[in-house]
Amino acid sequence: MKTIINSIGALALVASAFLMNSCQPKGPQEAVVGNAAAKVYVAPGQYDEFYNFVSGGFSGQVSVYGLPSGRLFRVIPTFSADPQTGYGYSEETKDMLKTSHGYVPWDDFHHTALSTTNGEHDGRWLFGNANNTPRVARINLKSFRTEEILEIPNSGGNHSSPFITENTEYVVAGTRFSVPMGANKDVPISSYKENFKGSISFIKVDQTTGDMSIAFQLRTPGFNYDLSRTGKGPSHGWFFFSCYNTEQAHTLLEVNASQNDKDFIMAVNWKKAEEYIAKGEGEKVKARYAHNVYSEKTHMTTSTIKDEVLVLDIMKYPDIVYFIPCPKSPHGCDVDPSGEYIVGSGKLAAMMPVFSFTKIQTAIANKDYEGDFQGIPVIKYESALHGEVQKPGLGPLHTEFDGNGNAYTSMFVSSEIVKWNVKTLEVLDRVPTYYSIGHLCVPGGPTKKPHGKYVIAYNKITKDRYLPTGPELTQSAQLYDISGDKMQLLLDFPTIGEPHYAEAIPASMLTAGSTKIYKLEENEHPYAAKGEKFTKVERNGNQVHVYMTAIRSHLTPDNIEGVRVGDEVYFHVTNLEQDWDVPHGFAIRGALNAEILVMPGETQTLKWKPQEAGVVPFYCTDFCSALHQEMSGYIRISPAGSNTPLKFSTGDTED
Amino acid sequence: MINIIKPNDQSHFDLILTSYFVSLMKNSKQTMKKILTILIAMTLFWSCAPDKPTNQEEFPDQPAAKSAVESQIMDPTKGIGAVKNVTLKTPLEQERVSRGIAIYEMKCSACHRLDEKRVVGPGWKDITKTRKPEWIMNMVTNVDVMLEQDAEAQKLLELCLTRMPNQNVSIGDARDVLEYMRQNDGEK
Repeated sequence: MKTIINSIGALALVASAFLMNSCQPKGPQEAVVGNAAAKVYVAPGQYDEFYNFVSGGFSGQVSVYGLPSGRLFRVIPTFSADPQTGYGYSEETKDMLKTSHGYVPWDDFHHTALSTTNGEHDGRWLFGNANNTPRVARINLKSFRTEEILEIPNSGGNHSSPFITENTEYVVAGTRFSVPMGANKDVPISSYKENFKGSISFIKVDQTTGDMSIAFQLRTPGFNYDLSRTGKGPSHGWFFFSCYNTEQAHTLLEVNASQNDKDFIMAVNWKKAEEYIAKGEGEKVKARYAHNVYSEKTHMTTSTIKDEVLVLDIMKYPDIVYFIPCPKSPHGCDVDPSGEYIVGSGKLAAMMPVFSFTKIQTAIANKDYEGDFQGIPVIKYESALHGEVQKPGLGPLHTEFDGNGNAYTSMFVSSEIVKWNVKTLEVLDRVPTYYSIGHLCVPGGPTKKPHGKYVIAYNKITKDRYLPTGPELTQSAQLYDISGDKMQLLLDFPTIGEPHYAEAIPASMLTAGSTKIYKLEENEHPYAAKGEKFTKVERNGNQVHVYMTAIRSHLTPDNIEGVRVGDEVYFHVTNLEQDWDVPHGFAIRGALNAEILVMPGETQTLKWKPQEAGVVPFYCTDFCSALHQEMSGYIRISPAGSNTPLKFSTGDTED
Repeated sequence: MINIIKPNDQSHFDLILTSYFVSLMKNSKQTMKKILTILIAMTLFWSCAPDKPTNQEEFPDQPAAKSAVESQIMDPTKGIGAVKNVTLKTPLEQERVSRGIAIYEMKCSACHRLDEKRVVGPGWKDITKTRKPEWIMNMVTNVDVMLEQDAEAQKLLELCLTRMPNQNVSIGDARDVLEYMRQNDGEK
C-alpha cells in the first residue's frame, strides 16, 4: 500500500511539475530566453548557413556577416578608399574611385542587389549603389572584390538603385533628386517645375563578364525617385518605382513635399522601351561619366570616360510609363515572389496599399485612368488596387517576403516588424525592434524563391542596447526566427557604418567557387616579378620602379641604393605565395598614401616619394610566419643630384 | 645535411640537428647559446604538447586515420600523396628540364638554392640522390599532408621553422621540376 501511495505521490509530483511548466507565462521574452542561444550558436570551426551582405551606408563599403551567428567576416571596400588594404590608394586600384569630377574617395552605399537568374539567386555578383556621386558597383562573389564601378550621368543622387531584373539583364539607377538637365543647367532653383527632370538609367549587364554599360536613360518628370523593384514571373518586363515630391517642391520638402494625399508608383514597361530603341528611337545626348574596370589578369584598373548616353523622353512615348496613385510619400515599393502583388509603403500613410499586376494590366487595356500627369496616364487607384493592409503600424518603409505567402514590413515610427498575409492582407504578428528599424531582409526575400527562415532588422538607433562608446554609438542588426507562426528575436549584432538594405544567400551557393589564390602563371601585371630572378630596380628619369617579390619571409630586393630625393619610387610587390590565406603586406616609413596588402599571386604597387637623405626601412605588415619580424629591408636615399649608383640585392653580405 | 638524416631515426635527431647547426653557423659562442636555447625550447614544446587522443571511447566518431600512416610504413621513403611510382629516363628529358627551370624560377627559387646552402628551405644539391622521386613530388604537390604526417617532412620543418608553402604545383609540373633537380645533381 505504501508503495502505491508513494507511486501516486511521485506521479502527482511529476504531473504538477509538468502543469506548472505549461502554466508559465508565454511572453515573447521568456520564449526568446529558452532556445535563442542554441539557434544562433555556430560552434568554433563550423560554418554559418547564410552569408549576409550588409550595405554600410556612409561607410561606403559592404560588410559580410554569417547568419545565424552574426559574426563579421569581411568588409569589402567599394566606394570608399581603404588604407588597410590599399584599395583606392595603390596604383592599381586608385582609378576605381575615379569619376567625371575626379577622384571621389567616399560614398554613401545604400542598397545591395544579388544577381539572379530566372528570378532566383545565382551567386555571381553583388551590385551596390553610391547615393552621393551617382555610381553603381559590381562585386565579384568569387573574389569578394569590387570589380567594376560605373558612374551614372544625369543623376542628382543614385538612390533607387541597384535593383535588377529577373535575369540580371538590367541594373536600374533612378535619381533621388531631380536636377536641371539639357544644355543650360544654370537656372533659378525656383524654376524647378519647368527645368528639373528625373532620370532612370537602365544598365545592361554582360552575362559572361558582368561588364556594365548604360543601355538607355528614361527622362521622367521632376520628382524624387526613391526605391524600386523589378517585376518577375507574370510581371517580368516591368519595373516599379516609388516617387515622392510629386508636388515638385524645391524647398522645405519636409512640409512642401508632403502635401498631396497620394504620390505615385511609376510602372515602367522596359520591354516597350527596348522596342522603341530597336526602332531607332531615342536621342544620343552628351554626358561625361567614368567607367572603371578591375582586371584579375593584369591586377589593374582601366578607367575610361564615356561621353554620351541614349535618352528616351517618356513624354514622347506615353505607353512606356504609367503612374499609380499611392498614399503618401511612398518609400518601399516591393514586389512579392509571385510577381503579382506590388506593396507601396507610404511613410505617412495609416494603411498600406497592395496593387495587383493583373488589375494594372486590365486598367491599362481599358484606359481606366483618373487623368494624366503632363501627358503620362494616371491609373485609377481603385482599379489598380488589390487591397489595403489596415492599421499595419506607423511609418511603413520596406517589405520582404518568405516563401509561404507572408510579407514582413518594417515600421520605422512604431519600431516593429509586422508580418501579414499578402493575399488576405491580414496582420498576423508583430515584434518590436530596438530601435527605429529601417530596412529588413529575409534571405532571398526579393527573389521568386525566398529561402526564408530568418528576418533581419537593420536599425537606425541603438541607444542603450550596447556598452556606451561616447556620443557615437554602433548601429545594429537584429535577427528573428520566422520559421514558426510567431517571430522570435534571437540576436543583436553591431554593423559597420549605417546599414541600409542587405541581402542573404545560402553559403552553399558561394563557398565552392571562392577564389583562393591568383595563379602566378596568369599574372599579366606589366611590373610583376614572377620569381626572384625577375626582380630588379629600374630608373626612368626621376621614376624608380622596384620589381619586388614577397614570400615567407623575405622581400627581394631588400637592399636598394641609388635613389635620390626628388625621385618617385614605385614598389611593385608580387606575392610569390600560391597558398590560400597567405597575404603579404608592404609599408614604408613616410608613405603619404597607405600600405598595400598583396594576395597570393597578385601584384600591387605603392608609390612613395622620399623627402630627405637617409636610410629608410620597409617591411611586411601581415604576420606571415615565425620569421615575419625579419621580413624587412632598407632603401638608401641620397641627396638630389648625387650620383650614388643604382644597386639592389638580397642576401649579399659583402659590399 | 639531408643525407645524414636517416628515415625513422628519431633517436639521433637532436644530435644531427646540433651538428647541423654547428656546421652551418660556425662556432661562435653566441650562436651556440642561441642554438641551445632553441633546442631546449623545442624539447620543452614537444614535451608540453598534449597527447593525441588514443582512447576511441572518448572520441567514438573519429575515423581511424590509419591508411596514410600504413602506406607510409609500407614504403617510408616515398612520402604521402598521389604520386606512387615515377619512372625516370636516361638521358634526361630536356623538355621537362626547361619547363622545370621556369617553374623553379617562379615558385621555388625564392627559398631553395641550387647548391647545398639552406636559405629558407634546404638547398637542392644532391636531393635526388637522397630522396626518392616519389617523396620529392609528394612533398611538392601534397605539402600540407606531408608536413602533418610524414616524419621526414616534419624533420625538415623542425629544422627550417618555416612551413613550406603549397605553391599550387600540379603533378605534371612537379615531375618537370624533378627532372631539373636531376640535371642540377649532374645527371645527363
